[in-house]
Amino acid sequence: MSEQNGMNLTLYVWRQKGPNATGKLESYQAHNVSPDESFLEMLDEVNEDLIKKGIEPIAFDHDCREGICGMCSQVINGVPHGGQDRTTVCQLHMRSFKDGDSIYIEPWRAKAFPIVKDLVVDRAALDKIIQSGGYVSCHTGGVPDGNAIPIPKKAADYAMDAAECIGCGACVAGCPNSTAMLFTGAKVSQLAALPQGKAEAAQRVREMLKTLEECGFGNCSNHYECQAACPKGINVKFIAKLNREYMKSIFIK
Amino acid sequence: MQILKSVIGRKILMAITGQCMVLFAIVHVLGNSSIFMGPNGGLINAYAEHLHAFPPLVWVFRVVMLVLLCIHVFYGITLTLENSAATPANYAVKRHLKANFASENMIWTGLIMLAFIIFHILHFTVKLSSLGVAEGTDALGRADVGTMVITAFHNAGYAAIYIVAMIALFLHVSHGFQSFFQTVGLNNDRTQCCFTGIGKLVAFIVAIGFISIPALILCRFI
Repeated sequence: MSEQNGMNLTLYVWRQKGPNATGKLESYQAHNVSPDESFLEMLDEVNEDLIKKGIEPIAFDHDCREGICGMCSQVINGVPHGGQDRTTVCQLHMRSFKDGDSIYIEPWRAKAFPIVKDLVVDRAALDKIIQSGGYVSCHTGGVPDGNAIPIPKKAADYAMDAAECIGCGACVAGCPNSTAMLFTGAKVSQLAALPQGKAEAAQRVREMLKTLEECGFGNCSNHYECQAACPKGINVKFIAKLNREYMKSIFIK
Repeated sequence: MQILKSVIGRKILMAITGQCMVLFAIVHVLGNSSIFMGPNGGLINAYAEHLHAFPPLVWVFRVVMLVLLCIHVFYGITLTLENSAATPANYAVKRHLKANFASENMIWTGLIMLAFIIFHILHFTVKLSSLGVAEGTDALGRADVGTMVITAFHNAGYAAIYIVAMIALFLHVSHGFQSFFQTVGLNNDRTQCCFTGIGKLVAFIVAIGFISIPALILCRFI
């Protein structure tokens, strides 16, 4: 990439010193950004510049940088993960922007996700939901033979579609009500579709929903913003399945 | 009662009560259409007389509708308050990908409907004298509903109130109808667009049906 082909961008980044500090949007310039860079690499370069200038670098979450860990959590220009279909921030490339663009970068905003610093939020609430029922309680032992438990292909595919959730929290960040119904629905649906998970389905849905409420998430009002924001394209049919599983659980002790 | 505490349980109650009221609106608009038949809104008087022929049933029906409305409004308001508590800070920039005007303004279209229902009952059921309702009987000695409605809608102000309220009804039902199926779990990726389409169509037909009455009377077609 030659020097003159790089883009110059204006970033408006949410800066907040700590959980209880007051945050605000600060403006920074990103110079000579290559369209081949990922969004996080662009932020890395901005941070190097900031360090050289003696300014505290922007804190942001990241881990695998290959779109599967669910750590990168930024609302870019008003959309979680930047709005490119089925793409996490780390897989969003600077070729989706053009020279002179202004980019607003904010953290996930929800009562259940308190800000730790700058763009870093605490997503432990999602772990709490999983801990309250997102598992099968029996000991499974070693790895079983491939076809030891016969599962129809359709059920396996359905469970896999739900299991694609990486727990990034974009569904909560995009939701006007900050609810985690898509996240919870995906896990409840995945386990309810499989023979190992069916046995505890009723108890699971009750416990997970109770925890969801305790963590301070809102209620679903069917905007379907979550599916549109999800980098894995988890379908809202899993929320309908969650509702169905809840209805069933009312009649099971 | 577990269902009254659960996040989804309360939503299910809202969905069922809401859909019952949609059914009521459909029957109501069909009944109202009798004003188009017969001279001077004639047939609506016969319809109204039959409807009120057995007062105990009318009162049971009114109580049931009131209970449905109260449940729907109570949970509508409490769930909305909980939702705004769950989102304490707003984004500086927010772009919605899927949410629309109707889905985002359910609480406001709902409150407009609530205010309208109260007004409508005071207007045509209680027939509050300060609202200038033309009470009387027709040649057959029945309550003259046709004349009452026609007189009221010759007033542009009253016609406008009814028309605006029915636009709110359209927005509310266009999101609410499909929302019911999702909330009670009778939905998947194949049925989603079908329910959305049917919901908009039902909302449109019901709203147009209701709006046609004040609009046509105001334009002196009836």
